[in-house]
Amino acid sequence: MNNPATQFRRLGILGLNQRNAEYTLTYNKRKLYPLVDDKLKTKALALAAGLSVPELYGVIRSEYQIRHKLYDVLGAHPDAVIKPSKGSGGNGILVLAGRFRDRYRTVGGAILESEEVGYHVSNVLSGMYSLGGQPDNAMIEYRVQFDPIFERISYMGVPDIRIIVFQGYPVMSMVRLPTRDSNGRANLHQGAIGAGIDIATGETGSAVWKNMIVDEHPDTYESVRGLTIPHWDQLLKLASGCFELTGLGYMGVDIVLDKIRGPLILELNARPGLSIQIANQKGLLPRLEWIEQHADLVRSVDERVAFSKEAFRKGGSCNPGS
Amino acid sequence: MKQKHLYILALCLTITGIGCFFYKVHTLRLPLQPNVQTMLWTLEADVNFEAKKGPIKAELFIPKNNPNIVITNESFISREFGLNTDTGGGNRKAVWSKRKGKGKFHLYYRAVIRLTGNERPLEIPADRHEKAELVKPSFIGTQLEASMEMIAEMFDKSADLESFVLTLLRRLNRPSSMTSVQFLMDRMKTPLEKADLVVQLLALADIPARAVHGVRLTQDQQWVKPNLVHWVEVFENGKWYSFDPESGEKGISSDYLVWWRGGMPLVTLKGGDNLKVDVSLARNQEDTLFVISDQDPAGMPFLQRFSLFSLPLRTQSVYRILLLVPIGALLVVLLRNVIGLRTLGTFMPVLIALSMRETRLVAGIFLFIVLVGLGLVVRRYLEQLKLLVVPRLAAVLTVVILMMASFSIVTHLLGLEQGLSVALFPMVILTMAIERMSILWEETGPTDALKQGAGTLIAASIIYLVMSAPILAHLVFVFPELNLVLLAAILLLGRYSGYRISELIRFKVFNIKDNHE
Repeated sequence: MNNPATQFRRLGILGLNQRNAEYTLTYNKRKLYPLVDDKLKTKALALAAGLSVPELYGVIRSEYQIRHKLYDVLGAHPDAVIKPSKGSGGNGILVLAGRFRDRYRTVGGAILESEEVGYHVSNVLSGMYSLGGQPDNAMIEYRVQFDPIFERISYMGVPDIRIIVFQGYPVMSMVRLPTRDSNGRANLHQGAIGAGIDIATGETGSAVWKNMIVDEHPDTYESVRGLTIPHWDQLLKLASGCFELTGLGYMGVDIVLDKIRGPLILELNARPGLSIQIANQKGLLPRLEWIEQHADLVRSVDERVAFSKEAFRKGGSCNPGS
Repeated sequence: MKQKHLYILALCLTITGIGCFFYKVHTLRLPLQPNVQTMLWTLEADVNFEAKKGPIKAELFIPKNNPNIVITNESFISREFGLNTDTGGGNRKAVWSKRKGKGKFHLYYRAVIRLTGNERPLEIPADRHEKAELVKPSFIGTQLEASMEMIAEMFDKSADLESFVLTLLRRLNRPSSMTSVQFLMDRMKTPLEKADLVVQLLALADIPARAVHGVRLTQDQQWVKPNLVHWVEVFENGKWYSFDPESGEKGISSDYLVWWRGGMPLVTLKGGDNLKVDVSLARNQEDTLFVISDQDPAGMPFLQRFSLFSLPLRTQSVYRILLLVPIGALLVVLLRNVIGLRTLGTFMPVLIALSMRETRLVAGIFLFIVLVGLGLVVRRYLEQLKLLVVPRLAAVLTVVILMMASFSIVTHLLGLEQGLSVALFPMVILTMAIERMSILWEETGPTDALKQGAGTLIAASIIYLVMSAPILAHLVFVFPELNLVLLAAILLLGRYSGYRISELIRFKVFNIKDNHE
């Protein structure tokens, strides 16, 4: 048994301390954080730049609006997602799948009284789910109808695709598939499956569930390997374009694939997690260092995506361990 | 560049901290251990006399600070007398005076003396203004002749000053060996007379010398009436060398306390008679820190004056606790960034550890579990009432405090004292912890919530155990500059980019995979 630290160092695994010290603190200017910490700001920016996002139905900013605006918005769009605009880790998201009389049905099948929905929004406004507990706004937006490709390999919630973008270059990607165990959430440490996606081809590779390497979904027994993500190039360009959008050098871009509207940017993350390395069975460091040494900052989105696809393909200029 | 800057900053902080620390240990002799005792001697002189009528003036020699002793406390009791102290002529004197008075009088002097522990120097450099004068010899007739003869002989038999004095002393101590000494016998009946005689004999040989008077510091805890001891200092080339006429050797015993120098008696009295002087001495012990901090601040070096001991005692006791917090903070950094332990709130473990100082470890852990557990139940119940967040937090806080109050009453009635000291438990922070834990419980399930709760308790226990080491509490309070070293360590850890211990477990699939290949 060799020392795990040296082993990880050799594989180029990025640790939390190093991510903070050498990447997020170095490449992400503090004043840019509000752009991604507030999803309303991100959305406004993306719309202005012509990038696709889920449609915003309305924003609830005060207790008054809970009584006078919330039910009007939900009346027009009973199929919607309510989320805190400064939420973190997927907390505080309520997904409604329709209305029955004056009650609402969640995707899980539970029926909620309209006061219960109002109470949830009130909690959101008081900052219960938000970074630092500061007062927040509740966004009501389009509920994504995920692409049929994920039909058989997700349980309840919406699978999303996380792409790490470093100085505008996509460096690593995975798809997060909710399970019964994760209660429909797409967070790996809560029990979702993470499957690495080959940057060059958009094809899923190894998958990890609860720190185990798996090939099939634990709820549906369908294989999660060898799936090709549709619109992959479009996804990469969308993610890459977020660099110009925010100026953040190191970020995670979360994208969902809607069956009608195609790839939509769900949110951006200035401190993306490290589980993506487990899902890909690869360390981030060699790729980040490759970009630091070989890439220049003036290229266009298309050039950057092409560069990444070439560098990180199997047998490409930077692809150790394959 | 940033890295270099950081290293230089950390180095400067460390050097400053360690430098001050060494200065205080070596020069100011602050103790490294708590409860170090210092030996103190209390010297008393009791002067009794009867006055006739007219003006009275009594002069008492009193000890002064020298490289070997520090007078930490001094008192004079002299009702009806005017008092001043006089430091002329290399000695210190208390001068009591009174225009008129009749009857018995009683003057009293007391000094508390600490040995500095410095090596007693073999020679004492003379003051710049000090003149080494020859005393006037008082020999007459045969005594003078015998003395002259003896000195001439000694001079022949010695090579230098030292051997001259030593031969002279040896000769005086064996009077039968030489007839000339016989004539001087009745001038050296007491040690005082002997010391005086030696000074005068040396004066005949044109060698300046002076008698020194003092006491021998006993190891006795009881009050004793010590005999005064007398010895001689001989002058050569700007320095004074000590010789002990009794033992006939160079140098004096290290437990001799210098009291006064010269041919004068301990007390000179004008306008009174029946003079009687009682000297008494006792040894006692005191906490070293108390002795050092009790000194007169005027003569202290800056760093000693600029210390926490100059603060009022109440404030001192606050800082005794506050200065432990940086140690706790450093531990939090280690636990979170190097080990990767997850806790509720960044510095909550430190606050809990501080409150454990009151409750003790086991009771503290028990209290935390009970309070947080009950808080979670209350929080769960309030959830059903659909309250707004801030009123809900306030409600939980109120319930937590009421629970603590009833807990205290119950434990007190049961006769357990620990319950009473919960007051320091950081309630507001506890309430936030309950809130955070309960959200965590709902959002990600009980495992995460319990893990973080347990992490908080483990961190708090470790911090408490480290902070309750008496030596650490002593060091950070007596040497607060050591916190600069802690600061340097914290700054360096701020750029630690290695793996956390928890990540070795988190990424273990990589290790397993690689070993299989």
